[in-house]
Amino acid sequence: MRENAPDPGLYDYQAYRDRPKLQWPGGKTCAVWVAPNLEYYEINPPVGPHRKPWPKAHPDVVGYSYRDHSNRVSHWRMADVMSRYGFPGSVSLSVALCDHHPEVVADGVKRGWEFFSHGIYNTRYSYGMDEAQERHIIEDSIETVERATGQRIRGWLAPALTHTPRTLDLLAEYDFAYTCDLYHDDQVLDVKVASGQLASIPYSLEVNDHYGFNVYGMSGREYADCLIQQFDRLAQEGERTGAGTVMCIPLHAYLIGQPHRIGPFEEALRHIAADPRCWKARAGEIVDHWRAAQ
Amino acid sequence: MTLPEDYTTYPHRAEGYDHQFYEWSKMHTRAPASWPDGKSVAVWFCVSLEWFPITPEDKPFRAPGHMVTPYPDYRHYTVRDYGNRVGVWRMLDAFKSAGVKASFATNAAVAERYPELIEAVLADGHEIIAHSTDMNGTITSDLPEDEERALIADSLSRLEAASGVKPKGWHSIARSQSWRTADILAERGLAYTCDWVNDELPYRFQNGLVNLPLNTELSDRMIVATQQHSTQGWAQMMRDSFDWLAAEAKGTDYTQGGGRMLPIQLTPYIMGLPYRIGALEELLEDFAKREEAWIAPGADIVAEWETQQ
Repeated sequence: MRENAPDPGLYDYQAYRDRPKLQWPGGKTCAVWVAPNLEYYEINPPVGPHRKPWPKAHPDVVGYSYRDHSNRVSHWRMADVMSRYGFPGSVSLSVALCDHHPEVVADGVKRGWEFFSHGIYNTRYSYGMDEAQERHIIEDSIETVERATGQRIRGWLAPALTHTPRTLDLLAEYDFAYTCDLYHDDQVLDVKVASGQLASIPYSLEVNDHYGFNVYGMSGREYADCLIQQFDRLAQEGERTGAGTVMCIPLHAYLIGQPHRIGPFEEALRHIAADPRCWKARAGEIVDHWRAAQ
Repeated sequence: MTLPEDYTTYPHRAEGYDHQFYEWSKMHTRAPASWPDGKSVAVWFCVSLEWFPITPEDKPFRAPGHMVTPYPDYRHYTVRDYGNRVGVWRMLDAFKSAGVKASFATNAAVAERYPELIEAVLADGHEIIAHSTDMNGTITSDLPEDEERALIADSLSRLEAASGVKPKGWHSIARSQSWRTADILAERGLAYTCDWVNDELPYRFQNGLVNLPLNTELSDRMIVATQQHSTQGWAQMMRDSFDWLAAEAKGTDYTQGGGRMLPIQLTPYIMGLPYRIGALEELLEDFAKREEAWIAPGADIVAEWETQQ
């Protein structure tokens, strides 16, 4: 990026009208990927100068235990519903989860899920890191996930969405294929990096379960309706224009796996899975297919 | 600003948790819990009895629902007190009519100030849980240890003196505890706390205390007051929860099932309003008729769970 410039120079403007044709495998018009965030939040993280990890003095019992629900209860509830409708996960992983609760990570491996890095912990922020520190967390992520899953990670969602001006350049240098940190489009597009190449795959804040429940205050049924409407529209646009769209469903088990939400969510997945325009894919497959067509 | 050099070192990065309160355990592979008479879903109604002094305190933090305007905040003082004068009596009638026994997490000050309310709660067979002194009695690690010990001791002794009951359970204001709280509660002889929301069944802390998770997402404060859903929306969420848990209890692809628990937290000044109480009454009647439902106070659920450990 152009550091300190008003326009960070991440990408060129490209109008949504008259985009190049892109067909997903099997003539599908909307690639749907599900991104469970498998996270570990530290109970007593160091408090840096940029962002306070917890609103309360440590231990923040509700904040900590709320997220711990994923790793004791709701991960399996969420994962089972995804598997039932044939959706693999592309996991945004706090890589220290491989050390703390390896069984959660192993469950994703067993289901054929892809893993990418969401930092070491979701309580360690990249703001203010020097280059050595940032290289350290990238290399740590690559090594830790390879050891736990056998996969060389290809994607990045910054820990707690915290970045430095050099993050994207470093990802390209380390041969990452995609970033999930930019929300400017409904299609895969290149990001400008200092060397090599890096794609931006649409993740989503708007249909992220965190936004749905904790920002917009939706019920589980309202959130499920949003997912259905988001999919229906993107599938229809991909069909009409011939330029395949991408829909991401970013999840947190402690939110979507709550007993009052998981049933409606299952109905949304049932709807999307049954639509012949849906390509159920992992993030890496979507980026690879797009890249091959460039 | 730069970060300290050791910002990318992680002293607690190892298998298990980064603390010693309790051990990791995944719910779906535990030995199945079973509830009395073959019921599969324990439904726990937990009502908060809160007295908000009109002189709020911010140390260690101001309780949710506390005073908002400059002093004197008649508006919030009286709106909150409406729950204790009117709303809770509607709830007591609704529980009685459906044959439901609940838990009442009670500020010691409520027991002292409104003895006829406590008498009615106990006469109807409900459980009293300790819930601090009053809504200024908040806890975090910023509270000095001697003050925290005194606060908990004061809460328990005043509640016991006013109600004649020695509570088995403890619920902190806003579920907020310090590093020390769990040990102080165990030392004081409490059987359980309901502050940690990481599970859907009781589990034991290393120090012997049981945590009975009181899901904050399913509280009327979260759904009705914060997310601003209607009570019909709230009731729908309770029914969706019940249906999911009852199905999960039978076993699924990932679990052999076993008893599940649905905690429903109620606040008299929220759910006890004339236009809202009807939804609670209907839900109580509905759940009381469900063949999978075991509606019980927290202490009974903990006791039943303990016999199976």
